Amino acid sequence: MKRKLADIAHSRAGDKGNTLILSLIPFQEGDFDFLVENITAEKVKAHFGFQVKGEIIRYVLPELKALQFTCFEALTSGVTTSLAMDAHGKSLSYALLEMEIGEGV
Amino acid sequence: MKEKIRIGCGAGFSGDRIEPALILCEKGNLDYLVLECLAERTIALAQKRKKLDPNKGYDVLLERRIEGLLPLLLRNKTRLITNMGAANPIEGAKKIIEIARNQGLKVKVAVILGDDVFDRISGEELSMEGKKPLSSYGKLVSANAYLGIDAILPALQTDANIILTGRVADPSLFLAPMINEFGWNPTDFDLMGKGTVIGHLLECAGQITGGYFADPVSKPIPDMHILGHPMVDINRDGSGVISKVHETGGAITVQTAKEQLLYEVIDPGKYYTPDVVADFRSVRFQELGKNQIQVNGGSGNPKPETLKVSIGYEAGYIGEGEISYAGANAKERAKLAGEIIEKRIADRFEEFRIDYIGLSSLHGTTLSYESEPYEIRLRIAAKTKDQSLAQLVGEEVEALYTNGPAGGGGARKYVHEVIGVVSILMDRNLIKSTVQILES
Repeated sequence: MKRKLADIAHSRAGDKGNTLILSLIPFQEGDFDFLVENITAEKVKAHFGFQVKGEIIRYVLPELKALQFTCFEALTSGVTTSLAMDAHGKSLSYALLEMEIGEGV
Repeated sequence: MKEKIRIGCGAGFSGDRIEPALILCEKGNLDYLVLECLAERTIALAQKRKKLDPNKGYDVLLERRIEGLLPLLLRNKTRLITNMGAANPIEGAKKIIEIARNQGLKVKVAVILGDDVFDRISGEELSMEGKKPLSSYGKLVSANAYLGIDAILPALQTDANIILTGRVADPSLFLAPMINEFGWNPTDFDLMGKGTVIGHLLECAGQITGGYFADPVSKPIPDMHILGHPMVDINRDGSGVISKVHETGGAITVQTAKEQLLYEVIDPGKYYTPDVVADFRSVRFQELGKNQIQVNGGSGNPKPETLKVSIGYEAGYIGEGEISYAGANAKERAKLAGEIIEKRIADRFEEFRIDYIGLSSLHGTTLSYESEPYEIRLRIAAKTKDQSLAQLVGEEVEALYTNGPAGGGGARKYVHEVIGVVSILMDRNLIKSTVQILES
């Protein structure tokens, strides 16, 4: 069965202007290294091409055992003037978690 | 000087629930209660209310929150720090005094002024977001600088029961009482960083107790209908333990704390506030017991020379219309309805958008291309400077009842005014804050 990020990690979306910020946190800290190795900024950009027009920067937080993805030009015109249903992008954490990952961790 | 203080956070945005703050205040044994009620756009909207009525422009829920809290605050000797002053802290303070008089209570309110810098904006400044002159966005309606601890501390040094602010950086609402009680040196940026970490963890209230976290399958949270808001015991060394009142719902775990620590943080090594550039990378969480999370670590670098200023501008109107389809060919009928509207009116708007709720309104079609929902809701949204033209969107969608595809039901229409927000940086020496005391 195909596995998704949602099977091993959770995420929260935040916004600042037109910038979308997504955390990625493994349920089991033992899965942190797998995330570091496999969930690169490039992979997230490919997954989120439909939403993120700008650069994606990945921050690795070994003390916290978490990743942070800062996505620029990601919320159409920005929270305050966007026509989008979810102008803040609050639901986009679950779009990240839809990413398919390999069978073995 | 104290060795330990307790701060609760009873609201994390202007529309937050009323009763968690009452429960914290009644049973939390708090030294301070913070209510954070001012988002970027909230203050611009408040400026517009103030323009219509000079006695208004403070938080719309201020009366309801204060009426319930005031007797508890005074009885338990808990000081309230809140940004519910919004665009008009003086009038907000007068309202608090009026409430106290009606309740036969004696209260002293310290009002912090100076965040409103509208008179120092020329319009030629370039926005941080688009690098365009502010005047090119539309008519400017507000300019509020993010004040920090140096604005709040003089108010805390009075014996005021309530400290009422306008625009202040959210973590500063928490850091200021720590400095006040522990005698921390504001240029000890490691301590400023640690205090800012704790402020940031608490500022969204329910978001660290299971709100915006819960998923009944992967992250279940108990009793969310009575979600408790957080409180923190802070030690003089800048460490703390986050907890909540026992009989409330929700949960505080290492997982909820991690999610909230990273929430809205653009660079975890450089979290800018007026007080410090905090570094979150060394923060550690440890579970001491059920709903008790110890926070250690965090550090900081010297505060920035500039303060962020939020600029509100008139960005026109958004008109919306929605209608639903279900059953056989629901998707095709919704798409036909969308095409009809697009052909009739799209070219009259600056921006025009079609969404299929249930299929692609949140994440587009990339992730949902195979999905065949039983029912689907068409949503049309369009932006224009012309208020009556904005109404046309909903009217056209409603007219699909009798002129559009089969089985369209539940049409709704909305128009709202849009206030856009952009930011600039301003030399902090140009921004002076003052404290004014009002008492009943």
